[in-house]
Amino acid sequence: MDKKLDLVALRKAYTPTVVPVKDISLSVGAGEFLTLLGPSGCGKSTILRLIAGLEQPSSGQVLLNGRDVSRLSPGDRNIAMVFQSYALYPHMTVYENIASGLKLRKTPSGEVQSRIHEVADFLGLHELMNRKPGQLSGGQRQRVAVARTLVRRPDVFLLDEPLSNLDALLREHVRAELKQLFGSQNTPVVYVTHDQTEAMTLSTRVAVLNNGYLQQLDTPERIYTEPANRFVAGFIGSPQMNFLQVKCEAGQAIVGNSRIPLPLGSNPKEIVLGIRPEHVHVAQSSNEPALDGQVFLVENLGMHNLVSVRIASGGEPITVRALLGMEHRLATNTPVRLAFPPDSIHWFDVGAGDRVEATTPSMVRNG
Amino acid sequence: MTTTSPENQQATVHRPSVRRFILPIAVALTVLFCLAPILWELLTSFKTDDAIAEIPNVYFPSPNQLTLDQYQKLFERRPFLNYLFNSFLVSLASTVLALGIGAPAAYALARLKLQGERIILAGVLIVTLFPPILLFLGLLDIVRYLNLGNNYLSLIIPYTAINLPLTILVMRSFFQQLPKDLEDAARVDGYSTPRMLLDIVLPMTLPALATTGILTFIAAWNEFIFALTFITREDMKTVPVAGAQLGGASPFEIPFGPIAAATVLGTIPLVLLVLIFQRRIVQGLTSGAVKG
Amino acid sequence: MVDYVRAQERRTGWLLTIPAIAVLALVFAYPILRAVWQSFFTINLGNQLSPAFTGLDNYARMAQDGRFWNTLWNTTIFTVATVSLELVLGMGIALVLNQSFRGRGIVRTIAILPWALPTALIALAWTWIFNDQYGVVNDILLRLGLIQTGINWLGNPTLAMISVIVADVWKTTPFISILLLAGLQSIPSDLYEAQAIDGASPWQSFRQVTLPLLLPQIVIALLFRLAQAFGIFDLISVMTGGGPGGGTETVSLYIYATVMRYLDFGYGAALVVVTFLLLVLVVAIASFFLSRSRKRASGAV
Repeated sequence: MDKKLDLVALRKAYTPTVVPVKDISLSVGAGEFLTLLGPSGCGKSTILRLIAGLEQPSSGQVLLNGRDVSRLSPGDRNIAMVFQSYALYPHMTVYENIASGLKLRKTPSGEVQSRIHEVADFLGLHELMNRKPGQLSGGQRQRVAVARTLVRRPDVFLLDEPLSNLDALLREHVRAELKQLFGSQNTPVVYVTHDQTEAMTLSTRVAVLNNGYLQQLDTPERIYTEPANRFVAGFIGSPQMNFLQVKCEAGQAIVGNSRIPLPLGSNPKEIVLGIRPEHVHVAQSSNEPALDGQVFLVENLGMHNLVSVRIASGGEPITVRALLGMEHRLATNTPVRLAFPPDSIHWFDVGAGDRVEATTPSMVRNG
Repeated sequence: MTTTSPENQQATVHRPSVRRFILPIAVALTVLFCLAPILWELLTSFKTDDAIAEIPNVYFPSPNQLTLDQYQKLFERRPFLNYLFNSFLVSLASTVLALGIGAPAAYALARLKLQGERIILAGVLIVTLFPPILLFLGLLDIVRYLNLGNNYLSLIIPYTAINLPLTILVMRSFFQQLPKDLEDAARVDGYSTPRMLLDIVLPMTLPALATTGILTFIAAWNEFIFALTFITREDMKTVPVAGAQLGGASPFEIPFGPIAAATVLGTIPLVLLVLIFQRRIVQGLTSGAVKG
Repeated sequence: MVDYVRAQERRTGWLLTIPAIAVLALVFAYPILRAVWQSFFTINLGNQLSPAFTGLDNYARMAQDGRFWNTLWNTTIFTVATVSLELVLGMGIALVLNQSFRGRGIVRTIAILPWALPTALIALAWTWIFNDQYGVVNDILLRLGLIQTGINWLGNPTLAMISVIVADVWKTTPFISILLLAGLQSIPSDLYEAQAIDGASPWQSFRQVTLPLLLPQIVIALLFRLAQAFGIFDLISVMTGGGPGGGTETVSLYIYATVMRYLDFGYGAALVVVTFLLLVLVVAIASFFLSRSRKRASGAV
């Protein structure tokens, strides 16, 4: 039977007002890499601890391979976890650290040795086996922590921000390594992070969380191209998406001096227009619909300039940030015409912030 | 800090010169203040009776004024090795007990959310302020009732108790600094709570236990009032009481030499502890008092 | 749903805590409660130590007991004098130890030595230092020509009090230095650099940075020392035995004599109760200032 993790209507309340996890349901199958992504305090770590059994849900269930494990202690669940601090036992050697979980499960010593040998081969840990964690570099510790979980052959891997203690250079390298490593395990992986790059690069699916609720559960591509609501749209993507709250008239949004058609069938009084800075470009021709504005800040990001533009409008000034190629030599206070390609515009409800579905022909649905 | 105003220059020129003169003097005074009484007692213990009684005092005795006689006389008068043994036994036993009882309680207070945790902590804090004189009368009752007079337990139990608050406070602040991830990892690995405490938490706790143990050992070694009250048999007395009771045959004949020798012998173990574990002592005292 | 994780945590917690609570209750709570109970009885040689309920008689007797009031006065003088001297001296030493100089580690070690040594034996050393014939204090004063004949330090009530205060200051100043030094080390050095750039003198930065930020440590040290000094026993018992003529007798010594020499258990218990209540009062006042200073310090940073 394939390995599988299900969370059913999971809720965790510490006190009536402190409820980090509110009604979370999701499934992770074998070979899937699911990332729980969200700002700090969104409940992602609590969900991981609920899966591990380090906390018990106030209501709802954790199912492993279809079996309810909600009332089992962590040691009885056959899960393995990589901690943010790696949590290697400082007084044990690398070998003892990796072996401890197996020994506690009364695994025959021959098998313990062969499994550790295999994992050490896999991760290149042979020279480190007799060292203590204090004698290892950050990257080596991280590997040992991963080895400790792999050797267990668990029903689900849990990873709690395992890259956050590495320096930036190493992080990119290890990120790629983790993807290969866990991709080959054919076991569900649940990964917690607040870093969207990690989420986008590693995952087969991403669960964006905020305030204890699931905001969107989708592939990384869809999370980026079709954010379910204003929160997801703002959280994913850097620099952040531009949001303009604009008035509407006869199925058209009024932006500055231009009018942009709304998605078919919607006709609100006001709407939030979202567009990513990387999709804004400088108008090529005078007949392309565009907004007139004035540059007031240019930030050099190396490959691009992040240009902040103040759009002329009747009322209060609107600011739009655009990620423009270095060929545009824009100085502050120069006028500029910005174009919003209609395909790249996201529309959000003013009140709840939900996505207003666009039925633009260029988008091909595959779900 | 790239611009240098006139006042600034003055300050940087002015201050080192003050430091150059005042600091060495202050350091010297501090050392003198702390060491002089101990050194005087040490010197006295090695002087002959005549040199001790010479007026004006002899600060730099000649070789023929130095002797080990005072130590010999001390051992002739009293079973001083017994006293040292008693102090050592009682201090060690109560230290082990205080750590054995206090560290688990500290762990519970730091990690496990107990109801009434704040009340227990407040109680522990208040109890550190109780002077032993308030306790000896009630303890005397217990000692009599259980017939523990002239029994090492009559000291070991109270010493354990008076050291418990400090143990709990120091160890609690240690456990609070210990990353909780390690315990979570142990539980995911499949450790039961008792095995986790023994196999994972305890090994990491050893340095903190050593720190606390030094403080409790010192406190037990130095205790006076219980030792004075509950132990009357000569060969079971502890060093502080026996030292204080070193009198002469008559009130007029005070054996200054042997008393000095006793003081030196009774303090040597503690001087050694301080010399070896200075850092740990400071660390323990401050984490017990300040963070508690 | 019952939270089994929390429930098990709680069970373990109590299992680990109860031995400590039991020992603390036996050695701290029982004696105090027992003393409260006994203080309502007359138990002395007059009735062959068979308890007779006499209500508040012991407390009424205390009000009339000149010796009690005298010991209370002595305790107050001793406490106020030692604690304030130790605070000033301890602060000075802490400031010295906080400087960087060669051999600082050794000096710090030396500076905590007095605290670690047995008080009873240290009392013997100070008795010898204050000895009227061969004492080193008299010797130095004679050599300096400040006195013509040796002073009988421990034979005069006032001088004896001064002697025990000096001995206690020597013995316990290091404790305060250690606490204050830890506080000094936690003050960020950029505050002093900012003061220096502003052109403040060392005294000004001491007043404006060191003192306010050190206030919590000062009050904690004060709290501990007030309680300890108030219950002083071993040092005075060995140095003077409370003499001469009760000149250095503190409440602790009086309680001990009442119980162990006069075998007046009921009255001794009443003395314990009153001392306990006084101590609680002193500590309550001090901790009031503690919490206030903590609030102020946390507000300042």
